[in-house]
Amino acid sequence: MRRPWRLPLDPVLTAAVVGLGVASVVTLGGATSGLIPAQPHYYVNRQVTYLIVGVLLMLALSRIDYSRLRRLHGAIYGLLLFMIVAVLAIGHTARGSQRAINLPFFSFQASEVGKVLLITALSAFVVGRARKLRDRDTTAQVMLAALIPAMLVIVQPDLGSGMVYVVIAVTLLFVAGTSWKHLSALAALGAVSLAFVLVAAPAVGVHVLKPYQVQRLTAFLHPSTNSQKEGYQQVEAKIAIGSGQKTGRGVNATQTRLNFVPEDHTDFVFAAVGEQYGFLGAALVLSLYALLIWRGLRVLLMAKDLFGALIAAGVAAMLMFQVFVNVGMTVGIMPITGVTLPLMSYGGSSVITTMLAIGLLQSVYVQARSAQASKGRMPW
Amino acid sequence: MSAIEPGGQTEPRLPVSPQLALRVAIIGGLAMTMFAIIFFRLWYLQVLSGEKYVQQANANRARDLPIAAPRGEILDGEGRSLVASRVTNAVQIVPSALPPRGAPRLRLYRRLGALLGMSPRRIEALVIKGRTELPYAPVTIKTDAGQGALTVLAERENDYPGVTQEPVSIRDYPYGEMAAQVLGYVGQVSPLELKMRAFQGVKQGTVVGQEGLEYYYDRYLRGTPGTQRVEVNAAGYPVPSKLAPTLPKAGYSLKLTLSLPLQREAEKALLEGIEHARAGGKPAVAGAFVALDPRNGEVRAIGSYPSFDPNKFAKPLTKTEYEALEGKTGPGGETVPARLTDRAVNGTYPTGSTFKPITAMAVLEGNVVSPSAGLGAGQCVTVSTQQFCNAGKADYGPLGLVQALKVSSDTYFFEAGELANAYGNVIQHEAHQLGVGQQTRIDLPSEITGLVPTRAWRARVAAEELRCERRRHVSSCGISDGRPWSVGDNMHLAVGQGDLLTSPLQMAVAYSTLANAFTGGGNGAVVRPHLGKEIDGSQGALVQALKFPPRRHARLNPSDVSLVMEGLHEAASQPGGTSAAVWSGWNQAQHPVYGKTGTAQHALGEDQSWYICYLPDPSRPIVIAVTVEQGGFGAETAAPIARLLASQWFGVSKHFVAGTSKTF
Repeated sequence: MRRPWRLPLDPVLTAAVVGLGVASVVTLGGATSGLIPAQPHYYVNRQVTYLIVGVLLMLALSRIDYSRLRRLHGAIYGLLLFMIVAVLAIGHTARGSQRAINLPFFSFQASEVGKVLLITALSAFVVGRARKLRDRDTTAQVMLAALIPAMLVIVQPDLGSGMVYVVIAVTLLFVAGTSWKHLSALAALGAVSLAFVLVAAPAVGVHVLKPYQVQRLTAFLHPSTNSQKEGYQQVEAKIAIGSGQKTGRGVNATQTRLNFVPEDHTDFVFAAVGEQYGFLGAALVLSLYALLIWRGLRVLLMAKDLFGALIAAGVAAMLMFQVFVNVGMTVGIMPITGVTLPLMSYGGSSVITTMLAIGLLQSVYVQARSAQASKGRMPW
Repeated sequence: MSAIEPGGQTEPRLPVSPQLALRVAIIGGLAMTMFAIIFFRLWYLQVLSGEKYVQQANANRARDLPIAAPRGEILDGEGRSLVASRVTNAVQIVPSALPPRGAPRLRLYRRLGALLGMSPRRIEALVIKGRTELPYAPVTIKTDAGQGALTVLAERENDYPGVTQEPVSIRDYPYGEMAAQVLGYVGQVSPLELKMRAFQGVKQGTVVGQEGLEYYYDRYLRGTPGTQRVEVNAAGYPVPSKLAPTLPKAGYSLKLTLSLPLQREAEKALLEGIEHARAGGKPAVAGAFVALDPRNGEVRAIGSYPSFDPNKFAKPLTKTEYEALEGKTGPGGETVPARLTDRAVNGTYPTGSTFKPITAMAVLEGNVVSPSAGLGAGQCVTVSTQQFCNAGKADYGPLGLVQALKVSSDTYFFEAGELANAYGNVIQHEAHQLGVGQQTRIDLPSEITGLVPTRAWRARVAAEELRCERRRHVSSCGISDGRPWSVGDNMHLAVGQGDLLTSPLQMAVAYSTLANAFTGGGNGAVVRPHLGKEIDGSQGALVQALKFPPRRHARLNPSDVSLVMEGLHEAASQPGGTSAAVWSGWNQAQHPVYGKTGTAQHALGEDQSWYICYLPDPSRPIVIAVTVEQGGFGAETAAPIARLLASQWFGVSKHFVAGTSKTF
């Protein structure tokens, strides 16, 4: 069948990705120019490289039929565990956490890429048990399959990624149709374990989380009382964002340009956006994320099969959770957890992981399109 | 939950189960809610409270470092510089540019310490202290390091990372010990001073006046420091800033009433007198002088011996150094005389016979004694069992008032005091009237009140003593011997002894009042002595003339004043007068001298030598008061010093002529 050439990608999704990539480069240009005095473009150059590599990977992945990955789910899950354990064994310690393996070009953060692997493997696993979704065992096994890597990355310690894993698993179950009873039970279990980790265990002298993690998690409730310690980042980030006012301070954005906000190019990059470009810039970036998530949910509904739908659900959940937790901590309404802002935060692992996830989304979209086209329901 | 509503007819879709649709709708709704919350939060932070955060952001990055203002000069009446500021390079450390903590930094401190003659520990302590007091500012390690050390530092910059030189202004007192107590000294404002009203608005680290005129006129002299706004990053490192500094405003100059030539001569004369006394076997441990223009209270010269070098206060003094300046008091008075004390203003002394003109005025004004009545015959006056005698048991026979002043007859004034006692506080009132026993309100940070003893005072201290003894259960508190007022007290006061305590400055004011009444037909202005004449801009333009109007006017009977002045003139000019010998060869026609010697006796130690004189002149009259502690008779030590001052003042040749009068 002869058909006119169309962009073989979801145009809206692609536009949002390109928009966020540009926003990231522009923001980092201001926020990082003073970090290494001799090399003002160090971070921007590297981020551009990551974005280009990421886009290429996204394009490559969008060309592959995601369905083929279903058969490989055992291997993918094995790879996920192997990488995380490898990081724990031989990884490079940065700022007290062992998260990455140093490769020649960049340090490879297994827990980030693990998100995409987990989405794929877990989706395939759920699809395989599609007929037994109402079984308690299914729920338990899916949760266990997510909690094992989650616990391993929390030990690194990378609390943020661990939480993303759990959110992915719960979302997959939710979308696949697990009963409300099981979901409520999971919620209750989650609440109990949280209470145990934060209150009960420390009370009897067992510290599941490191003290600084607990302090970071609770500091947002009273940031100004300890502005020199745990609350410092959040106080400075709030000052940065607030001082951006409606249209931003541009080159006078002293909070982020003079590095009063630590990590304003990675986890706190949204503070740099808010200060340099104000409410306008922040709203624009948020709108791009809204677009991204909306398209994720659209692709979910479009998918030609359950596997595709679950992959889309996992990616959308990952993006939603990361955007909300990251921006939430920057504006001071969520605790500080090491969660990056997808595509905006500086860092190869984060950028490439997000691009891979979006590549999967594109693949689901492309496959849905071609399936419909072949059924002749919709002319191209 | 409309976010996931079908996007339009163009989108293809598979049949979606209602359950999936509902669950996706829930996820979409969740996303909507999250975005709504974040948008509202952003609106609140950026639009509603943005202003507040802008201020906080600005406060974060901009630090104000003070730029010291050049302190104003202090000039004499002719504009000659008495105190100036000198620029030298201070050695400073920029903490952020130091080598890393630990061994490399310690090595630097050791090298620097060896160069500057300081211990590495001291340097480290200074850096830590400076950083906490004024973060981001360079820390001054040594102000006056010497040219040698500065050259080494400049040439071998690389060996001393983080060590810089900064031109700083140091207060310079070119005349050293001259008038040091009056000029005062400067120092960094202390935490205590920062709370005082006098130092309102002064920033920490500012150099302010600590004593004397430097303190009294500090708000004019200190100027307004500028600020260098430094933009710093989160680590405290300065970053290139576009903010322009606010330039400091130099302090005003203070022009004094002092005459530098007279001041220098007076200091020299005082030393000469003291040396003369010492050659005569007297300890002559300390002394003071003051010269006033009697018409308006302008101080022409004022000084105190021993003195100190205010330049020493440019660097912090050690405890021993400071204690040496403060002096030491042991049994029998000062064993090491205090150098910081201005004896002209803060010395508390009995005055001996220099008080007699006041007694004379009192008994004349109070109609206690008629001027021609002959009193004081015999060697001694006996009251009940107590004998009051002339110096050297001299017998002058009965004398009139003028003659009694001329020869300084003690028996005359003992009798006058005895008679006056029946009239109440006649002498005391007169002393107060003329300016003794009360603060002169000179423009200096401190002065004594003094004491003219009265019946009421004696009763009060006796009661105080009694209360103290009862409270502390001791036999004596040393406040008073507890005895009531007696006629003897009044007799001692009449000759400037007993419990009388006053300063050379107060006596100079009293003689000025007499001089003013003498020339003003009985209307004697009680002047307010002062050193400040005008405040000038740093380029010399007049900013403000300082005004010190007379405190009040003493109304005296002109004929009484004339009699007293006649007595003083005869004492200084006629054969037999107590200081006539001192003024031998002086042109009395051109510059008549009205002067009185005094020899104050102390329970311990040698007598205190006093001389106070008035030399009228149409354009430049002067009152000179001189005292030398343990200097012997007034005519012997103090009077010759006064003559040297007068000679300098009127530009006649100077002779130190020691008098021979052995009167009190």
